[in-house]
Amino acid sequence: MEVNVNVPEIRISQAQLQPEPASAGEQSRADSPAVEVSAIRSFLLSRGNSAFADRVFHWLMVLCALSIFGIVILIATELVTGSQLTWSRFGFNFFYKAFTDPDTKAILYWDPVNGNFSALPFIYGTLVSSFLGLLMAVPLAIGVAIFLTEMCPGALRGPLAFLTELLAAIPSVIYGLWAVFVLVPLLRQHVNPHLSQLFGWTGFFNDDNPTGLGFISAGVILAIMILPIISSLTREVMSAVPHSQREAVLALGATRWEMIRTGVLRNARIGIVGAVILGLGRALGETMAVTMVIGNSPEIHRSLLANGSTMASVIANEYAEASSDLHLSALTEIGLALFAVTIVVNAIARLLVWAVTRGTPAQIH
Amino acid sequence: MRTGQNTLRAKIRTLTDHAATGLAILSTILVVAPLVAIFVYLIFKGASSLSLDFFIKIPKPEGESGGGMANAIVGSGILLGLASLIGVPIGIAGGIFLSEFGRGTKLANAIRFTADVLNGVPSIVMGVAVYALVVKPSRFMPFSGHFSAFSGGVALGIMMIPTVCRTTEEMLLMVPHAVREAALGLGVPNWRSVLSITVKTASPGIITGCMLAFARVAGETAPLIFTALGNSFWSTNLDQPIAALPLQIYVYAISPYDDQHRLAWAGALVLIALIVIAVSLVRYVTSRGVLKGAS
Repeated sequence: MEVNVNVPEIRISQAQLQPEPASAGEQSRADSPAVEVSAIRSFLLSRGNSAFADRVFHWLMVLCALSIFGIVILIATELVTGSQLTWSRFGFNFFYKAFTDPDTKAILYWDPVNGNFSALPFIYGTLVSSFLGLLMAVPLAIGVAIFLTEMCPGALRGPLAFLTELLAAIPSVIYGLWAVFVLVPLLRQHVNPHLSQLFGWTGFFNDDNPTGLGFISAGVILAIMILPIISSLTREVMSAVPHSQREAVLALGATRWEMIRTGVLRNARIGIVGAVILGLGRALGETMAVTMVIGNSPEIHRSLLANGSTMASVIANEYAEASSDLHLSALTEIGLALFAVTIVVNAIARLLVWAVTRGTPAQIH
Repeated sequence: MRTGQNTLRAKIRTLTDHAATGLAILSTILVVAPLVAIFVYLIFKGASSLSLDFFIKIPKPEGESGGGMANAIVGSGILLGLASLIGVPIGIAGGIFLSEFGRGTKLANAIRFTADVLNGVPSIVMGVAVYALVVKPSRFMPFSGHFSAFSGGVALGIMMIPTVCRTTEEMLLMVPHAVREAALGLGVPNWRSVLSITVKTASPGIITGCMLAFARVAGETAPLIFTALGNSFWSTNLDQPIAALPLQIYVYAISPYDDQHRLAWAGALVLIALIVIAVSLVRYVTSRGVLKGAS
């Protein structure tokens, strides 16, 4: 019954409503002067077609974005053409061969006088100093990241995060300056003698170097320099772990450390590995600070307290006053090797970090 | 028996928890310590060697005392100006492409990835490439054939591009779609909408990104060693070798003269003051949440 009553009402209201907007539209169309419509149209027409400008703008932006590819290709071609001379002369031998001095019969790797060049001592120096740096930096960086994301009282978090960011903003040359005048004397007087006393028997800590310059100094300054990047990325990855993971572990009665270990670190481990590899990329290419404290001798020593040289430091030291075309070409080839290695290392690290922070769920075993 | 075991386990677990907390705090202290040490040394050593002469005089010959780094400060200014002229427009344009035109496309992803990887390429390698491109005699490049301020500026400018590009993109992504739609709905052409609506909305963030890139290249030394080379006299000529603050610090730090060591500390203090001011400004702008409501 009620339905029957309602239906006509709706019909009536529809019938009442329908003519109204139509008539209102007719009215307004009739009332408003025709000039207004044509004013808008003429305004639009007077501005002309923006399609051309839009297209030009679009392609300009594309061009600028493509310049990033251009830069990479440019660097690669310049380095490859610049190292042709060494490549044709030594080939792959450049990376591992040792030469003997014609007069003294001593082993020489880097001999600009006789035109013999081998990158081996620099590859060794780069690997050893970077490894030492990572060895010191990684545990500390993860510790700082844990403290900042999981334990730190809110009031401290901002300033501490700012301090670690500041550490990343200090130029390499200032780290070097500080290392030369503060760190190296400190290590020479208070650390190196103890190291050689305690571990001298291994052969890695023979203290016959009075300057204090060497792999250990380079490793320590590298650790200080790559710490901020590792810890800030680790922090980023750790805060990307969903809170429900932490809550679930805590709800099972875990202590805070157990929660961090099973709930946070395990989920974030891929990203942390990425952060460490990114730190490695930095360490491999770090130039100024290392050049200032490593001692710069193109030799291979077993002792970590001895002088050494890295790929980046030899370029910084010798490029501006290279004695011959071959010398310049050899340095360029070292640059090419450094470029290739850092590109690969960075690409791997970026992919790992992206995989985590983009929200791909980490697998739990 | 069972409860005894359980309390023992609970004790061990609590102890491990405390130990982990202690280690985390200890590592934080170990990380903050060198930073504090660096700043304390910079301020004390730098301030005690800083004088008016430092800002208005050029270096004295080796072994003589006195002199300043006026030429290096001006040289750094010229190099950074040139670098910004190259790096900022190209970087911002690249960022606009990534955010406004190429969002989600394969090309944009590839460019973003390349920019991130390029960011990690050592600056010394950049120096070698620019040396081969500009310093070696070349028909295509102006000022080529010798060490010059121009080549140093190019090296620093190229290093700025990826950083500026990525931060610009991130800032533009924070601009809400409604703003773009409103502009386009009014019949504004796309280029105009991008430049005077989207980019303008994100401009505090973009300026921040540019300043971060600026602060980063301001301290770069490695690519300048064999491009700008350094100069112990006044020079503002783009065609000639030019002095730069970080380069001068490096040369003085490894020199045997005490007086030059003092100048190096003073130079380091000036350089770090500039960078810290830039970074704090950046942090102030970003923490004020200029763009926070917009996401």
